[in-house]
Amino acid sequence: MRGARVIGLVLFVVVCLAAGLSAGAVPLPLSAVWEGLWNSGSGASAIVRDLRAPRVLLAFLVGGSLGICGAALQAMIRNPLAEPYLLGLSSGAGLGAVIAIATRAGSAWAVPLAAFVGAMSAVVLVYRLSLVSGRRLDPHVLLLSGVVVGAFAGALMSAVMVLSDAPGVRNAFLWLLGGFGTASWRALAVFSVYAALPLAVLMYHARALDLIALGDEPAHHLGADVHRLRRLVYICTALLTAASVATCGIIGFVGLVVPHAVRIVYRPLHRSLLPIVFLVGGCFLVLADVVSRTVVRPLELPVGVVTALIGVPLFALLLRRTLA
Amino acid sequence: MILEARSATVRYDAHAPLALDQVSCQVTSSELVAVVGPNGSGKTTLVRALLGLLPLESGTVLVDGLAVSAWSRRALSRVVGVVGQQEEAVFRLTVAETVMLGRYAHLGALGVPREVDREAVKSALMRCDILMLANRPIDSLSGGEWKRVRVARALAQEPRALVLDEPTASLDIRHEMELFELIRQLVDTGLAGLVITHHLNLAARFADRILLLDRGSVVAAGEPRAVITRNTLSRVFDWPVAVTTWSDGSPQVVPLRPGEKNQNTTDDLV
Repeated sequence: MRGARVIGLVLFVVVCLAAGLSAGAVPLPLSAVWEGLWNSGSGASAIVRDLRAPRVLLAFLVGGSLGICGAALQAMIRNPLAEPYLLGLSSGAGLGAVIAIATRAGSAWAVPLAAFVGAMSAVVLVYRLSLVSGRRLDPHVLLLSGVVVGAFAGALMSAVMVLSDAPGVRNAFLWLLGGFGTASWRALAVFSVYAALPLAVLMYHARALDLIALGDEPAHHLGADVHRLRRLVYICTALLTAASVATCGIIGFVGLVVPHAVRIVYRPLHRSLLPIVFLVGGCFLVLADVVSRTVVRPLELPVGVVTALIGVPLFALLLRRTLA
Repeated sequence: MILEARSATVRYDAHAPLALDQVSCQVTSSELVAVVGPNGSGKTTLVRALLGLLPLESGTVLVDGLAVSAWSRRALSRVVGVVGQQEEAVFRLTVAETVMLGRYAHLGALGVPREVDREAVKSALMRCDILMLANRPIDSLSGGEWKRVRVARALAQEPRALVLDEPTASLDIRHEMELFELIRQLVDTGLAGLVITHHLNLAARFADRILLLDRGSVVAAGEPRAVITRNTLSRVFDWPVAVTTWSDGSPQVVPLRPGEKNQNTTDDLV
């Protein structure tokens, strides 16, 4: 039973990646995708290798990372509704991006970099506000701090947009809605190297996440260093989420729904949950990106819009079937 | 001595009165100590201090002869198992998965359970008589079953001391008795037991020694018959009580209604 599920999941990943490579403004049959992947002389090689492969892999990696962030935060805050953007960093990232655009920062990396700096500034502020008694990170205060810092950054962002006469400010909003249009091998390499450490740290502490999900005192009694673990989870999820916002804008829903859905279908222990959430989150975002590229071809819908449009009905269905 | 507090003093706030005032207590193997006292008397504070979860203003807490602050949480959890007052599960684990969490401090770096861990879980489930519940989701359990699961999880830690904070709160008579019988059995097989309870009568029947706290101080300590007396309890709980003796010799408390005769009775209640 368990083996069949693992095989099923691996097949699902392969199908999703193949769909990601095949679909797009120029649809390619699977044979052409295969040919393009392995034969640099084939006609489809440039599309498959240079455009779609990095895009699909980046979407997979970002989706998996957001899923794991959501799962870890849900355990830490002991709330299945927690998601990475609760920490206020989406508005921080938005503010950074809007400032970069309003000040007409030139380089192609300026907007993602400014978004990353904005997100991390919000993270640091939320973290500092949430430290109780100087060193303990209180999850309830963390949530509230995330909300107020997010609201403050959101207000500043609106002010900058109203006052700025830069023509590209509308693009800041579009950019924030998410997309993988600018994916490249270099962006994929940067994100992979950067994400490896926080992902590894979260996976390593999977068992401890099971304990912290029980509450502070039970976790203490069972041998977890709760305060250290909470700091680690916060820092790792913040780093991963800020990087994903900087890479592809704000893509909501993956971090909220994927861990929740996987918990319903599979067992909720984090040692098996986190790898499955990574794979399912990756597939979900690859498929959402496929839809965003194909549904209004040759235009692209923001992928954040697609994740919500697909994810909400799917999730509602799953929830109803589970509770029935 | 597995758990020991020496003149432990705790203050939550610089301007607040002492939460614990020079409290000493000891728990050793095969001994069940009950901590009783009115609400706010410092019972839970004492337990939290014994577990190193609260800083002491003065005094010492030793676990197995070593200052509690010198223990890592991981090492401490292999010596002391705790069943807290309340615990609400957020995610839907099975009973066996929940009890396996008790093995956290015994697992290797990768956190993969080995045969020895599975055996420890099975043994804990059997000792608590809940092996047949192993595959049940925890949200389908009754209050009594859930308490047993948490005791089993603490046993899976293979501790030398078991600490229980109001283990029978909100349980009916049968589940109360079953749980105290289980605790007594575990203590008789060599564990050190410390139980906080509001049930004076159960404490008197099952514990070897009772520690009576009031406003953070020890009012009386010793064998049940020395602590459960009419005058002491009436004063500490600020309510008249009568104390009778059950057939096994344990003192039993009957709270009096206003106007009832306030006298000690040794009537045979069988």
